Amino acid sequence: MSILVDKNTKVITQGITGKTALFHAKGALDYGTQMVGGTSPGKGGTTVEIRLESGETRKLPVFNTVREAADATGATASVIYVPPAFAADAIMEAVDAELDLVICITEGIPVLDMVKVKRYMEGKKTRLIGPNCPGVITPGECKIGIMPGYIHTKGHVGVVSRSGTLTYEAVHQLTTRGIGQSTAVGIGGDPVKGTEFIDVLRMFNEDPDTYAVILIGEIGGTAEEEAADWIKANMTKPVVGFIGGATAPPGKRMGHAGAIISGGKGTAAEKKAKLESCGVKVAPTPAEMGATLVSVLEERGLLEKCITRK
Amino acid sequence: MNIHEYQGKEVLKQYGVAVPEGRVAFTVDEAVEAAKELGTPVVVVKAQIHAGGRGKAGGVKVAKSLDEVRKYASELLGKVLVTHQTGPEGKEVKRLLIEQGCDIKKEYYVGVVVDRSTGRVVMMASEEGGTEIEEVAARTPEKIFKEVIDPAVGLQPFQARRLAFNINIPNELVGKAVQFMTGLYNAFVDKDCSIAEINPLVVTGDGSILALDAKLNFDSNALFRHPDIVALRDLDEEDEKEIQASKFDLSYIALDGNIGCMVNGAGLAMATMDIIKYYGGEPANFLDVGGGASKEKVTEAFKIILSDPKVKGIFVNIFGGIMRCDVIAEGIIAAVRELGLDRPLVVRLEGTNVELGKKLLSESGLNITPADSMADGAQKIVELVK
Repeated sequence: MSILVDKNTKVITQGITGKTALFHAKGALDYGTQMVGGTSPGKGGTTVEIRLESGETRKLPVFNTVREAADATGATASVIYVPPAFAADAIMEAVDAELDLVICITEGIPVLDMVKVKRYMEGKKTRLIGPNCPGVITPGECKIGIMPGYIHTKGHVGVVSRSGTLTYEAVHQLTTRGIGQSTAVGIGGDPVKGTEFIDVLRMFNEDPDTYAVILIGEIGGTAEEEAADWIKANMTKPVVGFIGGATAPPGKRMGHAGAIISGGKGTAAEKKAKLESCGVKVAPTPAEMGATLVSVLEERGLLEKCITRK
Repeated sequence: MNIHEYQGKEVLKQYGVAVPEGRVAFTVDEAVEAAKELGTPVVVVKAQIHAGGRGKAGGVKVAKSLDEVRKYASELLGKVLVTHQTGPEGKEVKRLLIEQGCDIKKEYYVGVVVDRSTGRVVMMASEEGGTEIEEVAARTPEKIFKEVIDPAVGLQPFQARRLAFNINIPNELVGKAVQFMTGLYNAFVDKDCSIAEINPLVVTGDGSILALDAKLNFDSNALFRHPDIVALRDLDEEDEKEIQASKFDLSYIALDGNIGCMVNGAGLAMATMDIIKYYGGEPANFLDVGGGASKEKVTEAFKIILSDPKVKGIFVNIFGGIMRCDVIAEGIIAAVRELGLDRPLVVRLEGTNVELGKKLLSESGLNITPADSMADGAQKIVELVK
């Protein structure tokens, strides 16, 4: 089944006429995602032409506003490739248009803008994934974001992560072992974000098609620790983890705006210890994420069920 | 982005936050001039570096005469100050803050940060001024009071009053405290700070509330809309390689080891540092070359790593998504051809166009050691630099 997105999800791209947006709209269409249109204020009424790998040329309608785009196409989700100075506004526009899901890829949004966005979103129905995230993919059905589709394969392991390429590493380790993924969710590397680990874990817990979860965290904040407590109290499926940044020095922002150890809090060691104490096995190195999951699946007698590709 | 104490105080002044009178000085003569202008019987000579713990390290001197100002200024300017926050190599003092002395009756702590779990700006305060807040948080957390601020309305006066009462600000000074805290919050939000710490906030003998120290740090993501803050940047306080990297939009952090790393993606870059250490090596840097990196960017990244004399070997770990392995390969080949390669280089490629990337490297004629996986690559580079 999967969570958040599937083959029926219709999605629009905000900022579609930009180079990066077009590149990834093509990626989505090549993968079979129902990318049905986009927005570019001032360019409403035009179309963008995207030549797919198959040779086919797809024409997508461009609208001035998210509301118009959603009404015309029936889209319930949007993906945002808008520059940092305008991205918070783009998110709020999607929320105002009452979309179910908005995925913000943009890195570099000022933190205080996200504080405002979070406040704006209270009581509204839209779920935000990101910002500063690679997106969401349900293998074989729907790819929204910048991840390479071909490394994924359909299956029953949920993946939730703060990182992009480290997630690809994990997915690769699973796929090469024949273990498919139900949905892979990048929640992003920012300190204030739309969706946290707990939100995704809850969804995986309720998804009959997800049998196990890999959680990829990193230094900074307390989201992994909070997730650990939630897992212990609620999770009925095995969770395996990896925490990046064991060697990161304190006080330095390691790329991601949220990857910073401050005031002695948010170290990888603390997160690892907390997760392990709550029953989450944490891989000792990033090269062993797949192997760690396999060992836990074996322990629980779930390995065979999770092998979806020979 | 960090700024100096004197600059932080100037920013806070604009928001009605009371700070002691002071002037910056770059030379001994300027320091003495400043002291004359201030005209107070006691003047404090403070080293200005981007690190805390200056007082304990001898970087803050109380002068009772112009001669003493001259003496302390000469001692401090040019001195390498080593505090518990600078690392053993310390930081050279190039600027001084000459400030009026205050009659300190009591010290408090007030700080503003973004709380990640709630996604709100939070103001914290404690009666334990002058101590490291982490120590207070560890030993006596009940002494730290917090107000969570709703961004729709900002810091409300009743919240500031509540904090002031909780930390036992004398009743007759609560009004001033509220004005102080409100100004601090407004500065934080207006200038896109990531942290604004007043430690200590002091109540003086003549009934003033002042920021005796001010540590303001700014959200790098927001600097594009604060050219006035960017103008305060002090390149002397930053690592040269980090400055160079930022010119090319590379995310780079210098570390202490001897294995240079080039990776795409911050999470994978951190994990690469971790796995090098796991196999007994020491990473020399964190470097995220980013998703859309061009051949030029890759070449620059390589140059920066090679410019570090501590680096005895390099590990390139790329999982190409948007980043294509052939682009990385071309970048590495171009860099090596331009700079020469006098140190072992291990390259692990995976993802988009991996076969083409591997082919380009193997046909380049360069002394590059290929790796099949992240673990394989880390083990190989650690062996090669031994």
